[in-house]
Amino acid sequence: MSALVFSGSAQFGSVAVLGGGGGVAAAVIAAVLLNARYLTMGIALAPSLGGSRLRRALYGEAMLDQSWALANRGDGRFDRDFMVGVTLPSYPAWVGGTVFGVLAGDLIGDPATIGLDAIFPAFFLALLVGGELRGGSTAVLVALVAAAVTLALLPFAPAGVPVIAASGVALIGLWRRPGPLESSRPEIEEDPVG
Amino acid sequence: MAEAWVVVGCVIVTVAVIRAAGPVALGGRELPPRTMDVVVLLAPALLAALVVTETFGGDRGGFTVDERLLGLAGAAATLALRGSILLTMAVSMAVTAGARAVIG
Repeated sequence: MSALVFSGSAQFGSVAVLGGGGGVAAAVIAAVLLNARYLTMGIALAPSLGGSRLRRALYGEAMLDQSWALANRGDGRFDRDFMVGVTLPSYPAWVGGTVFGVLAGDLIGDPATIGLDAIFPAFFLALLVGGELRGGSTAVLVALVAAAVTLALLPFAPAGVPVIAASGVALIGLWRRPGPLESSRPEIEEDPVG
Repeated sequence: MAEAWVVVGCVIVTVAVIRAAGPVALGGRELPPRTMDVVVLLAPALLAALVVTETFGGDRGGFTVDERLLGLAGAAATLALRGSILLTMAVSMAVTAGARAVIG
C-alpha cells in the first residue's frame, strides 16, 4: 500500500476505518476526504506546470505536503523540479520505513514516546512563519482565519474536512484591490535542510 | 482480506486522480490575476490548517490536546530566536518527548 498510494493520511485513514469495523465505502471516503486537500494544492501548483497533460499529471503525483510547501516560491509560483527533488528521496524512505515497521516495529515501541509526531506541526509552522507570513498582512490574516476555521471544525467534522474548509479562506484574495499582490514574499532565508 | 485489497485498489485510484486533477485541468496556462491572488493565499491557508490538524488532530480525526502543544510552543520559541527548520523540528520533538516522559 505504501508503494502504490504513497500518502500517509490516506493509508492511515482508510486502514483505521477498516480496522474499526467500517466498510469498503467508508474506508475509501475517509481516504478521499483526507486527500481532498491535494485538489486545492494541485490548483495552486497548476500555473507553474507546462507540457502535456500526462507530464502535468505526473507532477501532480509528485505532490506531498512537505515537497509542495518547500517548492512554493511565493506569488503563486512553484519550483516544480525542486518539488520532485524533495519527493523522490521521500519515496524509498516511506516504503523502506513501512517495511522496517512491519519487520521491526515492535523493537522501537510507540514513536510518540520520542516525540516523532511533533515534528510535522513544527515543520509546517516553520514554513508558514519563515516564508508565507512575510507575504504581507493579507497572508497573516488568511493564516489566522484558516487556523481558527480548522480549530472550530476539528472536534466534529470528519477527518480531512477542516483542512479543505480552511483552504476556502484563500478566497479572501478575491476581495483584494486590483493590482499586483503585495510583493512576492522573500525566499526562506535559511536552507530548509540545514 | 479481499475487502482490504478492494480498499487498497480504490484508494490507489482515487488518490492518484485527486493529485492529478488540478495540474491536468488548470496547468499550462496563466490564470487571471484575481484567481492568482487566491492561489497565492492557498499556501498560508493550507499551512496554517496543517499546523492545527497536526497539533490537535486525533488518530481517527477529532480534537485532542496533548504534549504536542508544548512541542509547538517550543518550535515557535525556536523560530522567534531565528532557529533553522531542522532545529525547530528537533526542539519540538524533544519538548514533546520530555513532556511525555514527565507527565507519563
